[in-house]
Amino acid sequence: MKPFVSFEQISQVFSRPDGSSLMALKDVSFDIGRHEFVAVVGPSGCGKSTLLRLLSGLLMPTRGQVTLFGQPVTEPRDEVGIVFQKPTLLPWLNALENVVFPVRHKTGRVARADYERARELIAMVGLGDFCDRMPGELSGGMQQRLGIARALLLDPDVLLMDEPFSALDALSREEMGFELLRIWNERPKTVLFITHSITEAVLLSDRVLVMSERPGTLVSNIAIDLPRPRTVASIQEKRFHEYSSQIRDLIYRPHHAA
Amino acid sequence: MNTQVKSETLSTGRTMRPERGARLLSKQAPLLTLLSFLLAWELGCRLGEVPEYLLPAPSAILAAFTDVDAMRWLGHLWSTLRVALLGFLISIAVSLPLAIGMVRSSYLSRTLYPALVVVQSTPIVAVAPLIIVILGTGDAPRILITCLISFFPIVVAATTGMMSTPPELIELSRSLRARGSREIWQIRLPYAVPHLFSGLKVAITLSIIGAVVAEFVAAEQGLGYFVQFSTSYFKIPQAFAGLFFLSAVSLLLFRLVQLIQKRLFPWSLLETRQH
Ligand SMILES: Nc1ncnc2c1ncn2[C@@H]1O[C@H](COP(=O)(O)OP(=O)(O)O)[C@@H](O)[C@H]1O
Ligand SMILES: [Mg+2]
Repeated sequence: MKPFVSFEQISQVFSRPDGSSLMALKDVSFDIGRHEFVAVVGPSGCGKSTLLRLLSGLLMPTRGQVTLFGQPVTEPRDEVGIVFQKPTLLPWLNALENVVFPVRHKTGRVARADYERARELIAMVGLGDFCDRMPGELSGGMQQRLGIARALLLDPDVLLMDEPFSALDALSREEMGFELLRIWNERPKTVLFITHSITEAVLLSDRVLVMSERPGTLVSNIAIDLPRPRTVASIQEKRFHEYSSQIRDLIYRPHHAA
Repeated sequence: MNTQVKSETLSTGRTMRPERGARLLSKQAPLLTLLSFLLAWELGCRLGEVPEYLLPAPSAILAAFTDVDAMRWLGHLWSTLRVALLGFLISIAVSLPLAIGMVRSSYLSRTLYPALVVVQSTPIVAVAPLIIVILGTGDAPRILITCLISFFPIVVAATTGMMSTPPELIELSRSLRARGSREIWQIRLPYAVPHLFSGLKVAITLSIIGAVVAEFVAAEQGLGYFVQFSTSYFKIPQAFAGLFFLSAVSLLLFRLVQLIQKRLFPWSLLETRQH
């Protein structure tokens, strides 16, 4: 049986405005199992966002193939939800309208059932009382929660998250991490989570993919064998520190193309 | 957080009186400035015995204003306002499709934009007599002149606004495989609203200028015509009265655009805290 998600020898070359070409990814291969939580860490510019855009169908690989449910990804599909680094809510819509926006944008109208589902999701991310607030009235963390609710509206099997908490302060960031684990527990999804926080990667995921500097290659694929549910106590554990320093070494050790 | 709120209330509680006075003063500052300016002007004219045909005193201007029949004022006002507002609305109706076209097609933006810049760089004042010769002396040529003077800031503001939509939102739209027209109507255009209104505020005052320019060239009605006519008969206080009336109308229209933005798009005045 084919894996749930599979990147098969992916290389990605972009052309620069000056005509030269830039290799963003080089020969990257990995699989993701159903309902697995996989984090990607690596220096900025190493092609993490590119990985995510390949799986979302927004970008076609130069070489290799990305498959989802055993089929090649050739265009965006509803089974994939995206959470961006910035919450990118629409400032002219209230919280509820922002969360149902994908349905309105896709089909042109919103059914009562869509509103109900949106309300449920907003309650699930802990903002049940804020349905009619405008984004400008909400904190960054609240906006990002709505961004997550919006990504879940079409009930995707795969959730792609591109440094979703990096714009938050350290405290809300940690809180949002646990919040995400709770949501993930409630509605199991396959998650591809991009971050440049090693702690966040180890704390949240089943597996951490470590990438090298550009051209991005996969340096290591580390299974995080820490018990779930993860809590603040998990961070204190000895193995947590071992994983973190292992990953840190991999990132800061100079790499040479094999 | 809590302590911060508390200390803020405390400090406002303590400093209530002076702060309220200061707020009143800062709110009335524009009016006070205007009043002291008028006072200085009046005194300057009287003490310096400046002749009326050089610079009439505010009191003389006020007298000239009341000398003119109210119905005559209304007639001139209506004539100018009609042209300015129609020109303004037509500018919007033309500019938005142009902006949308340029956002959706890079071919259009490459070909159309330079052409628009050429139109904008042409001194319309110099072209106005030509337009009157071609189109005659009705409202039509005056409206056209108004449009030519006021459309550019609207096109630029709408285009810039739509192009400044965060790329994530465009990716969201693409990831939903939504129609291109929905990307414009549901994302890019609303996103451009704050920009658009800064363009509209410039354009509304330009449309008054456009109407006045047209009246200078050919008209027998209108505030601009009134100013020109008064000047040529050396009725300087009356010319000043017309001028002030024009500025007041322009200012009111500007405020009207502001009010429309506040009423219809209150969110566009909220600064979004995007982090
Ligand atoms: N559409 C594109 N066109 C040209 N270059 C791109 C494009 N997208 C990404 N890149 C380049 O590819 C490299 C990897 O980008 P990205 O995947 O965004 O990195 P990361 O998310 O790890 O910071 C960067 O050097 C970036 O400038
Ligand atoms: Mg990135």
